[in-house]
Amino acid sequence: MILVYADHDRGVIEPLTFQALTFARDIDPDVHAVLIGGSSAGLNASTAAAELGEYGAQVVHIAGLSDYSDYAPLAAARALVTLLGSTGAQALIAASSPRGNEVLAHVAAITDRPFVADCYSIAIGAPHKIVRARWAGNLHEEVDVDAEAADVLIATVFPHITEATTAPAAGAITEFTAAVSQDDLAVQVINRVGASTGGVTLPEAKVIVSGGRGMGGPDGFGILESIAAALGGTVGCTRVVTSAGWRPHSEQVGQTGTKVAPDLYLACGISGATQHLAGCKNSKTLVAINTDPDATIMNHADYIIVGDVNQVLPMVLQEIQDAKS
Amino acid sequence: MSVLPSKAKVVVIGAGIVGNSVVYHLAKLGWKDIVQVDKGPLPNPGGSTGHASNFIFPVDHSKEISELTLDSMRQYKEFGVFVESGGIEVARTPERMQELQRRLQSARAFGIDHSSLLTPEEIKAIVPYIDETIILGGFQTTSAGVVDSLRMGTLMREDAIEKGALTVSANTEVLDIVVEDDRIKSVVTDNGEIECDYVLIATGCWGPKLAAMAGTNIPLTPAVHQMKDIGPVPMFLDAKSDIEYPVVRDMDSNMYERQHGTGLEIGSYAHRPILYKVEDIPSNAEAALSPTEFPFTQEDFDLQDEHALELMPEIVGDESIGQKYAINGLLSLMPDGMPILGEAPNVKGLWSASGVWIKEGPGVGRAMAEDMVLGVSQIDWHGEEHSRFQDFQFSHEYIQARCAEGFNKMYGIVHPSEQWESLRGIRVSPLYEREKALGAFFFEAGGMERPQWFEANAPLVTKFGDAVMPRTAEWESRWWSPIINAEHLQLRETCAIADLTAFVVFDVTGPKALDVVQHSVVRQMDVAVGKTIYTPVLAPNGGFKADLTVMRLGKNHFRVVTGGAHGMADKKAFASNLPADGTAHISDLTSGLATIGLWGPNARKVLESITTDDVSNEGFPFASNRIIEIGNIRVLASRISYVGELGWELYLPVETAAALWDMIWEAGTVHGLIAAGSGATAGTGRLEKSYRAYGNELETSYNMVEAGMVFPKVKDQDFVGKQAYVAHRSEEPIAILCSLFIDDHTSSTGEKRYPLGWEPIVTRDGELLIDSKGRRSFANSAGSAPSLGKHLVMSYLPPEYAKVGQELAIEYMGDRLPCTVALVGSKPLFDPENERVRS
Amino acid sequence: MEIAVCVKRVPLVGSTFMLTDDAMAIDTSRIGATLSPHEENAVEAAVRLIEVHGGSITLFSVGSAQAEEQLREQLAIGADRAVLIETEGTEIDSQATAAVLAQAIDQDATDFDLVLLGTESADSGGYQTGIRIAHALGRPVVTNVKGLDITDNKATCERAVGAIREVYEVQLPAVISVLDGLNIPRYPSVPGRIKARKKPVDRLSITIPEPTTIRTSLRVPQSADKGAINLGSGQQGAKALVEVFKQIGVM
Repeated sequence: MILVYADHDRGVIEPLTFQALTFARDIDPDVHAVLIGGSSAGLNASTAAAELGEYGAQVVHIAGLSDYSDYAPLAAARALVTLLGSTGAQALIAASSPRGNEVLAHVAAITDRPFVADCYSIAIGAPHKIVRARWAGNLHEEVDVDAEAADVLIATVFPHITEATTAPAAGAITEFTAAVSQDDLAVQVINRVGASTGGVTLPEAKVIVSGGRGMGGPDGFGILESIAAALGGTVGCTRVVTSAGWRPHSEQVGQTGTKVAPDLYLACGISGATQHLAGCKNSKTLVAINTDPDATIMNHADYIIVGDVNQVLPMVLQEIQDAKS
Repeated sequence: MSVLPSKAKVVVIGAGIVGNSVVYHLAKLGWKDIVQVDKGPLPNPGGSTGHASNFIFPVDHSKEISELTLDSMRQYKEFGVFVESGGIEVARTPERMQELQRRLQSARAFGIDHSSLLTPEEIKAIVPYIDETIILGGFQTTSAGVVDSLRMGTLMREDAIEKGALTVSANTEVLDIVVEDDRIKSVVTDNGEIECDYVLIATGCWGPKLAAMAGTNIPLTPAVHQMKDIGPVPMFLDAKSDIEYPVVRDMDSNMYERQHGTGLEIGSYAHRPILYKVEDIPSNAEAALSPTEFPFTQEDFDLQDEHALELMPEIVGDESIGQKYAINGLLSLMPDGMPILGEAPNVKGLWSASGVWIKEGPGVGRAMAEDMVLGVSQIDWHGEEHSRFQDFQFSHEYIQARCAEGFNKMYGIVHPSEQWESLRGIRVSPLYEREKALGAFFFEAGGMERPQWFEANAPLVTKFGDAVMPRTAEWESRWWSPIINAEHLQLRETCAIADLTAFVVFDVTGPKALDVVQHSVVRQMDVAVGKTIYTPVLAPNGGFKADLTVMRLGKNHFRVVTGGAHGMADKKAFASNLPADGTAHISDLTSGLATIGLWGPNARKVLESITTDDVSNEGFPFASNRIIEIGNIRVLASRISYVGELGWELYLPVETAAALWDMIWEAGTVHGLIAAGSGATAGTGRLEKSYRAYGNELETSYNMVEAGMVFPKVKDQDFVGKQAYVAHRSEEPIAILCSLFIDDHTSSTGEKRYPLGWEPIVTRDGELLIDSKGRRSFANSAGSAPSLGKHLVMSYLPPEYAKVGQELAIEYMGDRLPCTVALVGSKPLFDPENERVRS
Repeated sequence: MEIAVCVKRVPLVGSTFMLTDDAMAIDTSRIGATLSPHEENAVEAAVRLIEVHGGSITLFSVGSAQAEEQLREQLAIGADRAVLIETEGTEIDSQATAAVLAQAIDQDATDFDLVLLGTESADSGGYQTGIRIAHALGRPVVTNVKGLDITDNKATCERAVGAIREVYEVQLPAVISVLDGLNIPRYPSVPGRIKARKKPVDRLSITIPEPTTIRTSLRVPQSADKGAINLGSGQQGAKALVEVFKQIGVM
């Protein structure tokens, strides 16, 4: 049996979790999911369990911790440790989301087991044979994980390597209690700031209009904002751009920024550094506009326009507006 | 990648400043079917051009480099990518101040105007962030500036493309260069094979790899130049352009500092030489920045940080200013510090334009294109010829050692006679041990050890007293000895033996040998067997490519003897006239033959005493050669002289040379024989005799008429440069080579000073002499003429000044020393009727 | 405030990875090294904290002797001393790295109020070193931090979730792992570098635990060269692009 940690934010399940469930099913069809937190954490147990069941969770374990009013990584980990002890799972899997990695790392630290993040494939055995990402997926690493140390394999699944597919299963709810102390709740979300402005955020955007050094400066991004608005998307940028202070870091796409997978990624004046490609190469359609036909980004694009962004982009905006009217 | 044609006239490899300039000029001169490839992307393929600091200080002590730089600046301006920021070289030491005086001298001699020396206060007024209290002064060139070399390259390519002459393919790697019958056949790339007549390698530090593909050598090494950019500098925040303050070169620290937008760029040539091999350079994809921007190694820059802090404390010492960018940028270093230009010595059609800086790029591009298309370029670049190297100079160890030694000379104070220290004593003559025993002070000639003077002759200095023209100034005494002049005087009095083994010697043989030599040189070669002919070799424009002697040893057998330094290139000049059908050959005897010179009034007495052959004036007249027996050694003797005395050059196999030397030495004792170094035999002796030297008086910018070397007749046979030569003979010369005496050596400090060459010749009022072709008068040679008791200067003067008795001056180290024209033309000042030579 | 910052030297890579012949490592013979990116932000955060609170910064690193280069760079930024636990060149797994760092921090003469590091390293990307160190030292840990303020011995941390920022509070001593975006790291100044030359980089020898995760090989994934369709240039390109937008359903 494989246990999949289902990360949720006040009841909304992290979409990558469904990829993790799909991935886990390929290792062992006997997949259970775990949800930490009860209604106090905004969780509607039956709705969530039904969703997880849709993606193959036979059983959904729920630790309805009363003090777990919001995400608390160590508390979640403690609960998982309890569950591992009682269920005899051979592996604990989660999506490689910030929370997935965090909670599983805590579990590994508490139980002194290895933790293998960002996996592409897992073969349980002795040793466990795993292929994982290094350099945000620019390099693949094959590792042997000692089966004695990893009597339960703790691992996260690299985003977007598996498309989430449904495989309806029972999703039967089993509640369990976990020994979680107040200390375990010391680190917990106590507030949220910068409430949504109503705009689309990078991770969820279907369209990202992104600019690099080739935009020339902060003023160059005006046209990108207009195109993004016209397409109902948002603006992204490269690390060079945020380092130069042209745009806020929240817009940075890349290995150290946000990794995205939109329907359209329009890369404008972006050369295509490894660090940036690591963040956008899962885009469904990548379009690059660059003066240099030989820029690296051009080899990773589905469509290219060779030209100066300052000339091409206003034409693109005009065409969009014409098409709309 | 673009679609490449399967055939082209020329394939230019590399799209840095050099390759781009070459394609532009080739197209401008009318060539079509030019293909340019680079393995990197455009416009910055990732070579040295992409990270260059892009500033140009035009002054150089080399006339050729100065001219290439001036031409480049003109081109950069023409394309609108030059910003004249001015530049200042600052001095922290008195030695450097003298060097800056010399820089000013070279500036005036080679046409770099708007140069002057500044006081620390004057510098502070222009560069407010400098600490003027630690400097003694500076040399300002207001015409110095900063260029956009990448933009220039793009514009040049575009121009050639617009002319329909050029196909460019980026991201195209050359995999092989195919050579057939010593001639270029094709270039194989990962984007197809291109058959072509010419290939030009303009790939900077990748040159050795490409040269190896074609079976030749481009002896350079990738080396690191460190630079960092700090900023933003509060003082520069309002800067409206990339460069608004003069570039500062902190010469004594081997560093430069320049404002670059809101930052300050600090570059260094002070660190340890960091040399790489081509294989160490990553691919474009592998490199984090560009392939030639290696990670900065701070520990190599630690001292430079402190030097920069001393000079510009206000900026460099500001803790709020960070280091935004720092690289170990790769550039090319060459074993003799000079670019590697022109056709390869062993592959027809394969050209190199390597080891070229941003400041020379466009000029080199034009020179290469002109030479390819027209056979000669307006600017002389003989000092940079690819074919100048001897085989041993291609060894990895040699290249590394000399490049390492040369690196810190970049901003150094380099004496014109300065000798290399590394890897000496490798290429030596069979007489080396004997010379060492005589206290020889060795100079290198073509990489060979050659005595410049002999300490054993020191007593002669006492003998001749003031006639040796002793020098007190340290600069002129460096790499010099009064013994040179003493040897000179003794040679003229009795006789001397000299080791001339550094000569390059090659034979031209075969049924068409006569045609080859005839076509190569000016003078009539269809002479009797046994004649020795001194002759110039011309470029198609009638300028000088070489001067050398040719001996006719048989009907189909000629032997060419030429100088060690440039002889390899001379050999190539002959080789390029060889017929394709193999009916003439060139064989290089340089390493097989030793040459011993024996000259002086007593030379015949010495020779007579050890040979039974007739060496009388009648039996062995001037300008003839034949085999004689000296003891049991058979020697090819040739009666010529570069010192203006009776005597012979004796050629023999290296293994018997020491025995001959001993025989002459022993026989000579009773006749006052001494050993003489080349200071006398190739320096002072020839100056007194007004013999012109290649590289000094003889170069492609001047012709036979101007050099005063017109021969009575022009031979019927065709030869390279004939048409131009004939035309020149019917024209009035625009400059005339003259010899001048310095009248008074007393400088403003009261010390007597002796110019060494390349100084400007001016009127007594300090006005430059510029001929109607824009060429300036300078000292092509300067040195002692001991037998005349004078310091002598040779210089091309405009005709109105070319009058005996004309009073002029020579600028030297800030002073103007009066001089007077002593001779117009080539009639020697010493022994004008050549009685001694012909005696 | 006494701050420990754990940093890692990583290869400075381009857009392609070249591997050694045995495919066990990146071939670094032609490329340089740098500091793993998030950790630049960690050092910057530490420098800003001591500018306000006083105290000192100690860097800890596990790696080759060459890591001194990166340590000097950060000493130039404003760290005071560095401790390098030298390995014999081969990278050790995350579990061992955390154990060694925790031991080094624990046995150091300084009692650290705060341990800062990057949430994950650029190369191995294990997402666990900070958490393991925290457990080993018995301290709370906040990860993925992009906003940090410390007052009265209490750290207020923000981490980004979409456009929103979650707020955490933690009592010191604590471990905080940060992300790029927390701040814009300063560049070292020349005076900073000159001072850094005199700052101590101590070598510490610690027995490295047996690995549990063993690399068997590395592989460069197939290049994603998609054979892009060139839409042309200028107006024609713009028109074609809008057609693509319609085709893929974003318009």
